[in-house]
Amino acid sequence: MANAVARGRGFNGRLLGRSLSTAAGALNPTARNLYGYLFSLPLIVLFLAFVVYPLYFEATQAFDRYTYEVLFSDPIYVQTVVNTIVYVGIAVNTKLFLALLLSGVLQADTRGVRFLSAIFLLPWAIPVLPGILSIRWMLSSQWGIMNLIMEDLGFGSVHWLASRWMAIGALIVFHIWKYLPFWTVIFLAGRRGIPRELYEATAIDGAGGLQNFRYVTFPMLKGLYLICTLLSMVFTLGDFTNVWLLTGGAPGDSTHVLATLAYRYTFLMGKIDWGVGVFATALPVTLLFIFILIKKIK
Amino acid sequence: MKTATADRPRRLLIEVVRGVLLALITVWTLFPIYYMLVLSFTPTAELFRPEYWVKNPTLESYRFIALQGSVFVKFFWRWMANSVLVAALTMLAVLVVASLGSFALGRIRFGGARFISGMTLFTYIIPASFLSIPFFKIMGDYDLLDTYWALILAMTTFASPYALWVLWDYAKTIPPEIDESAAIDGAGYFTIFWRIYLPLVLPTLIAIGTYAFFFAWNEYLYAVLFLQSEQMFTLPISMGTFLTGDEAPWNLLMAVSTIYAIPPVIFYYVFRRYLTHGLVSGAVQGT
Repeated sequence: MANAVARGRGFNGRLLGRSLSTAAGALNPTARNLYGYLFSLPLIVLFLAFVVYPLYFEATQAFDRYTYEVLFSDPIYVQTVVNTIVYVGIAVNTKLFLALLLSGVLQADTRGVRFLSAIFLLPWAIPVLPGILSIRWMLSSQWGIMNLIMEDLGFGSVHWLASRWMAIGALIVFHIWKYLPFWTVIFLAGRRGIPRELYEATAIDGAGGLQNFRYVTFPMLKGLYLICTLLSMVFTLGDFTNVWLLTGGAPGDSTHVLATLAYRYTFLMGKIDWGVGVFATALPVTLLFIFILIKKIK
Repeated sequence: MKTATADRPRRLLIEVVRGVLLALITVWTLFPIYYMLVLSFTPTAELFRPEYWVKNPTLESYRFIALQGSVFVKFFWRWMANSVLVAALTMLAVLVVASLGSFALGRIRFGGARFISGMTLFTYIIPASFLSIPFFKIMGDYDLLDTYWALILAMTTFASPYALWVLWDYAKTIPPEIDESAAIDGAGYFTIFWRIYLPLVLPTLIAIGTYAFFFAWNEYLYAVLFLQSEQMFTLPISMGTFLTGDEAPWNLLMAVSTIYAIPPVIFYYVFRRYLTHGLVSGAVQGT
């Protein structure tokens, strides 16, 4: 409706504007620049103070060799880098692949699907804490529901969060549970944007579901899929909350990711330069990803 | 094309597979949420005997919360008020920053527009946690630790870019001739912004305002870093403190979780059109 209003006014505006040509554009460029910067001033101040300065602070730390000697010789740091790569690599890619498939299922417009698409959004809508805390209790080895299920199915109980890879596995599963809905909706929107004529054309050639996917859907969604992958990887690279509240780095600091390790160094051990160093080592890759993304999105 | 009779078993099979799939996804999606609700109604005596449902449901946990009757929810109403306050002020700040910025980008075609849009995109993409330690240091230097302002500043910085992109997207659909005709009548940029631009983008302002509100409402990392004394906690910080003890009353925690989750859930359902809309045209919100 708002769009219709805007369009209606636009019509009037055009009538008025035509006779008197581009009077507003007549404002000289210097004045326009002045006003442009004036209106963006709050944004620029926030950016300089809280994005540029922190990055500068971290980058200057990057020249302190001693910090790196400490980090690279700390086995927990090395483990953390491995954990982060595994977590980001597996969680993001599994999630996006499932989202791509699922968006195909949800594209059908039946009653069941409509019902599902509504409840399917819940994990995304719920803040991260209730979700992760609920899962943490579910995985409690003594009192959790998962072990009740395991026992009822005839398996023994499992110490879910007591070993490094089981805990990281749980983290990956939670990540998929929480963020799959969002990306599915994104791909669903992408699929809806594909012109129907393309499918009609392949139908004439006798293409089935799989061929449709291979020759129409995937090529059309490839760009979006790549952007989503990069974006989700960068976001997940900085994950703190999920890891901190599910494992807290336990058992024995073996399940840290970058952000939780930096937190541990800085706030639990009082070594701020180590904490900053953790992020500084991840900056080159992160910035590279970000610049590729900005180029692709703009 | 195949005949209808040959098609029927195949179609039936597809229907069955799809039905099973939908049922599985439903269970997978709802189970942790269902279990959160179950726990919140579980009496403490039954907490350590897991069941698939509550045998003797009770409102005990909710009563504890309302009356602040446990150390874990000692300041519940204060925490709730803190959460609302930080979220509301973040919302106001984001509305100001994003509406001014989107006006500059969308309506004043000036030299720095490219730089500014790149800058907001950069802020949007970079993980907030990467900036957290220097951010903490800055807030310490300016004596802002343990104040609402620290958290509000951080939330405004990180919520503004997406808000701006959504607004900007919408602002592009307003024809420039409107501003031009107003300019002919002698209106300056401030008048155009106030009298023409803001009323036109009002529906979007409501959506992004609510987005900013819940962006702050949901924040954990920066809240934990900045707000240290118990009186200053927001709800997520208080929920995190449950994990420090061995004998955490998990039913109480899940009751707090439930109360805390209800407002954002309502918001996402009301505004979900806006929240996914901005993405296809450029920006993404989520993880």
